[in-house]
Amino acid sequence: MSDVLLRAEKIGKVFGGLKALHDVSLTIPRNCIYGLIGPNGAGKTTLFNVITGLYKADGGTLELNGKSLIGCKPHTIVRCGVARTFQNIRLFGHMTAQENVMVARHTHLKAGVFGAIFRPPAVRREEAACRAEALRLLQYVGIGSQANRVARELSYGDQRRLEIARALATEPQLLALDEPAAGMNPTERETLKNLLLQIRNDGTTLLLIEHDVKLVLGICDQLSVLNFGQCIAQGTPEQVRRDPAVISAYLGSSAA
Amino acid sequence: MSKTLSAKSHSLPAKVWAGYALLALALLVAPFIVGQVGGNAWVRILDFALLYIMLALGLNIVVGFAGLLDLGYIAFYAVGAYLYALLASAHFDYHVSAWIILPIGALLACFFGAMLGAPTLKLRGDYLAVVTLGFGEIVRLFMNNLDRPFNLTNGPQGISGIDPVSVAGYGLNKGITLFGQHFPSSYAYYYLFLVCMLLVVFVCIRLENSRLGRAWVAIREDEIAAQAMGINTRNVKLLAFALGASFGGVAGGLFSGFQGFVSPESFTLMESVMVLCMVVLGGMGHIPGVILGAILLTITPEVLREVINPLQRSLFGRSVVDPENLRMVLFGLALVLVMLFRPAGLWPSQRRREELEDDA
Repeated sequence: MSDVLLRAEKIGKVFGGLKALHDVSLTIPRNCIYGLIGPNGAGKTTLFNVITGLYKADGGTLELNGKSLIGCKPHTIVRCGVARTFQNIRLFGHMTAQENVMVARHTHLKAGVFGAIFRPPAVRREEAACRAEALRLLQYVGIGSQANRVARELSYGDQRRLEIARALATEPQLLALDEPAAGMNPTERETLKNLLLQIRNDGTTLLLIEHDVKLVLGICDQLSVLNFGQCIAQGTPEQVRRDPAVISAYLGSSAA
Repeated sequence: MSKTLSAKSHSLPAKVWAGYALLALALLVAPFIVGQVGGNAWVRILDFALLYIMLALGLNIVVGFAGLLDLGYIAFYAVGAYLYALLASAHFDYHVSAWIILPIGALLACFFGAMLGAPTLKLRGDYLAVVTLGFGEIVRLFMNNLDRPFNLTNGPQGISGIDPVSVAGYGLNKGITLFGQHFPSSYAYYYLFLVCMLLVVFVCIRLENSRLGRAWVAIREDEIAAQAMGINTRNVKLLAFALGASFGGVAGGLFSGFQGFVSPESFTLMESVMVLCMVVLGGMGHIPGVILGAILLTITPEVLREVINPLQRSLFGRSVVDPENLRMVLFGLALVLVMLFRPAGLWPSQRRREELEDDA
């Protein structure tokens, strides 16, 4: 296996006359936390949606482990090993936390119509395992005690963590998080930071969109900076922090 | 959904068992009591209530679980009914056993369900409702007009002289004789329908608490998130259409055998709307609620029919309004009231009630 998990080259996406993404290229190595930052409207979420199959790229190549993801439907991309969370939390609000995670085990369960109706021992075992795995993931992200609560009743921070648990349940190689720290207080951020590091150490690569620059610079191994749909800088947090183009994008050109 | 049925059954207290036993007893003796009080006509109504429960539960998979509005559901009932009529009547002089036709009917309805589902997958809400409504009408019009160039359905006259369902060689049309007393066919069919209905309920409960049931609810709650969890929403939705339709197909076959006669008139849009009302009124996605809705909407109109005319006579001395019209007015009023005061249905699931409260 090569060290490259995801390789995107010259990705373009146009909405009407707006070039949301223009020749964006990035390479995500295995076992790292890769940050994607940029001002509002820079195209971060668009790139996310292209990677996870919600949008179809207008051009460019996108490969996971050397296998092209271009033109794949979102559910196929999940099967290939990319899971995601959403910027505006999209939980199944009226299901319990545990059920939310169980839904995400869908592709790892086999029961079809007849399995569901007759519930043979294999299906019973599968369901029990799914239930246990869901609980384990909830404990892993630190909300095990909330398993039987309805998702929308959870606190904001817990909902964010439930989304992560749900995405992890698909057993991704690449976990893409869209602003996971948004709306969290400093304590919650600290726990989240530790959780993300833990996830990476357990062997899942992370792609992170985040506005909290401190968090991003603190945990990311590598970064890409987007502005107006173009990639303006790439490298380690240290390199990016000093990059004049980045400073000008964030603070205005006169500051550079 | 968090507790499986098996987990529940291990810890059932004696009270619940007693409740089930009482319910079973009530279901067993129901036709005799109803027959004593209201005569055979009411036993027939009871039979129809069971058929409608099956239909409503089938539609509940599509509308209640997967959240896809279907206004042409009765088409699958028609498919099942006509298949039975064609394969077991003097029309083509085929006399296939009901036990062969019913599974074929389920499969054929499944196929039609998938046919309806496939082109409409990208539609939602109102748009889906319009297309399914059209589908239901198309099927009915086919039944109405396929007497030319080749007489397949016998057109508006319908097909009569359909073979009854027989169980172990015993035709249910002969009724049952118990303790030297003879009871007509509606009693015998009651037990057949009861068994079928219980099977349908069982299948629904199992489906609800499965990987598929979870996927349906996930799609209903948030389709994009469901996709992002690896659910192939296209296939899972098609499956909902096909499975829901298969229940309709079986119920249609049973209807055909019970009634001995089918015509396009039995499969109008009004029937689709009625079944949808049963699901909505009872409580979408909640199996006991849907059953309650089906029973109420089958029985209430009949009660009204019996009550309205005598009531008018005693009040005005004569019949002022045609009972049939007044029945629909009252029925509409009841629906409006229920939607105003219990928007989630008479007996909603906890989850659905919250969803509707959110929307409000």
